[in-house]
Amino acid sequence: MEPLTLNSQTQALFSAALQAKLDAKVAKYETRRASILEVLHLIMEEKGHIALEDEKNVAQYLSIPPIDVREVMTFYTLYYDKPKAKTRFNVCRTLACHLTGGDELLKYLEEKLGIHEGQMSKDGKCSLKTVECLGACEIAPMMQINDHEYAGNLTKEKIDELLKRVKCEA
Amino acid sequence: MEKLISKYFVPGKTFWVDEYIAGGGYEAARSVFEKFDAKGLIDEVKKSNLRGLGGAGFPAGMKWSLVPQTTGKPVYLVVNGDEGEPGTFKDKYIFRHAPHLLLEGMMIAAYANNVHKAYIYIRGEYVDEYRTMARALDEAYAKGFLGKKIFGKDFDLEIVLHRGAGAYICGEETGLLESLEGKKGFPRLKPPFPAVVGLFGCPTVINNVETLSYLRFIVERGADWFAKLGSEKNGGLRLFSVSGHVKKPGVYELPLGIPLKEIIYDHAGGIRNDRKLKAVVPGGLSAAILRSDEIEVGMDFDQLRAKGTMAGSAGVMVFDETTCMVSALHVTMRFYAHESCGQCSPCREGTGWVHKILQRIVEGRGRIEDLNNLLDICSFMGGTTICALADGAAMPLRSYPEKFRAEFEDFIRSGKSIVTPKAKELVSHH
Ligand SMILES: Cc1cc2nc3c(=O)[nH]c(=O)nc-3n(C[C@H](O)[C@H](O)[C@H](O)COP(=O)(O)O)c2cc1C
Ligand code: SF4
Ligand code: FES
Repeated sequence: MEPLTLNSQTQALFSAALQAKLDAKVAKYETRRASILEVLHLIMEEKGHIALEDEKNVAQYLSIPPIDVREVMTFYTLYYDKPKAKTRFNVCRTLACHLTGGDELLKYLEEKLGIHEGQMSKDGKCSLKTVECLGACEIAPMMQINDHEYAGNLTKEKIDELLKRVKCEA
Repeated sequence: MEKLISKYFVPGKTFWVDEYIAGGGYEAARSVFEKFDAKGLIDEVKKSNLRGLGGAGFPAGMKWSLVPQTTGKPVYLVVNGDEGEPGTFKDKYIFRHAPHLLLEGMMIAAYANNVHKAYIYIRGEYVDEYRTMARALDEAYAKGFLGKKIFGKDFDLEIVLHRGAGAYICGEETGLLESLEGKKGFPRLKPPFPAVVGLFGCPTVINNVETLSYLRFIVERGADWFAKLGSEKNGGLRLFSVSGHVKKPGVYELPLGIPLKEIIYDHAGGIRNDRKLKAVVPGGLSAAILRSDEIEVGMDFDQLRAKGTMAGSAGVMVFDETTCMVSALHVTMRFYAHESCGQCSPCREGTGWVHKILQRIVEGRGRIEDLNNLLDICSFMGGTTICALADGAAMPLRSYPEKFRAEFEDFIRSGKSIVTPKAKELVSHH
């Protein structure tokens, strides 16, 4: 097991490696609190999601009330508070994607995956949600896969190919 | 036509530090210490007529001259790279291809405003772009261009890269500051403006990624040259993001004041499948819609305002003749209902109701009085709120039914689109 570091209250909050990353980040900001968005990103990168326990740890680590961490977690859309699906499809539903047939492709994806927008498959393999403009309207209709890869100029054929690649068909 | 920023937009390529320097990069930032004192540099930028390219078009040099330098507090520079205005994707290209152009612009702005600490706020979804920026930042530090005594001068500059986490409202400059302080992105009441009371209560310069990326060229070739590239009081070029029903969607760097018609037909290749043009959103989702007979307009901040719309973020979204305006407005208002931060009741309630009414209409259950109700709600939404999101929502909400009244009435009466018979089916179920 990795050694755990101790904070001032002699309680282990994070693994030594994560703690070191967080400390380096926090040091760049004027106040500890200002680093919270980055701190949450780093925890997600390490663990996939931010469990309630970690939310409390963040509060303690940044010396702010747990409710403030909760507020940030719920205000922003990119933080997961539950384990996420292995493959995640975030389909853009805003105007440029709407104009170029995005609605129809969303329906198609729902059929192929056997789940509705906003759901995760029972086996946890894939999830589907709609998001607002991802700043990629030049490749509309588009979606983001696994919260980072941009897939654009989508057609039904292209979706079929993508689903084969990530093994997500229902 | 000459390109400035976009000459770096080579597909698949990032100009890393050595290649950037080989093309003359960082010479402008280095030279600025000899060429100008801070005030002289601000005057030069004023003379260039560089406008804020994030959306509001506020003259950049003017904004800088409002920053008090004698408060005893540090002055911060914050780069707005949240790029959330639907239809806009140009800052992403700068992050991807020309990260050092932005860093060099930040150095120039830092010198002009006596800034020693700056933040880049990049939207959380731009994951690869964040990595590119992070690597470029490391390169700049390694070369001694950032940190203590940059270029060996008596001037320190730290730059911190900060990721957003998915919230359109954090693109609004005071929402962004709140977010940067580690809070929800609730916009602040103004005044005081960020120039005076900004990040951590200190004077703060906030500029868009693209605005800052033009500074190198102004320093290199002079304010007069830059001013002349554009139109009256609208200096230089800007990056137009063109999407929708055009043959060649993409980013086009063109002079401010260029006719909209030229952007669509000469640069973006005209309308797909050679259909007819129906309407255009000229400056991001929050700009009022223009009909196909209004596209002679010059694309700068003042000419578009005179036409009752705005230049905004230069996100040009093109609609062909098959577009159902009712569905388009529904999708548009759903966005604002989703993104309103909820602080002000006219915005929170207004965008919510409008979305519900439009939802009902696209489902075929509209009533003819809905149209006037929409316009009534619109009239109390704008101008009374903490930030301009509500005004931005009011622009499409007023202009679509005004300019396409008959189409809205037909849809409501018949319960379906007269344009695309299938529009009703295509609207997703929420
Ligand atoms: C709701 C709303 C969203 C905005 N989103 C952005 C954005 O994503 N990027 C941006 O640069 N400016 C955005 N702005 C404009 C900023 O408030 C601000 O005017 C700009 O960052 C100033 O930089 P500039 O003068 O260089 O344009 C937004 C404004 C509003 C009201
Ligand atoms: S106008 Fe809307 S988005 Fe802006 S502060 Fe008020 S509620 Fe929030
Ligand atoms: S509208 Fe879908 S990426 Fe912009």
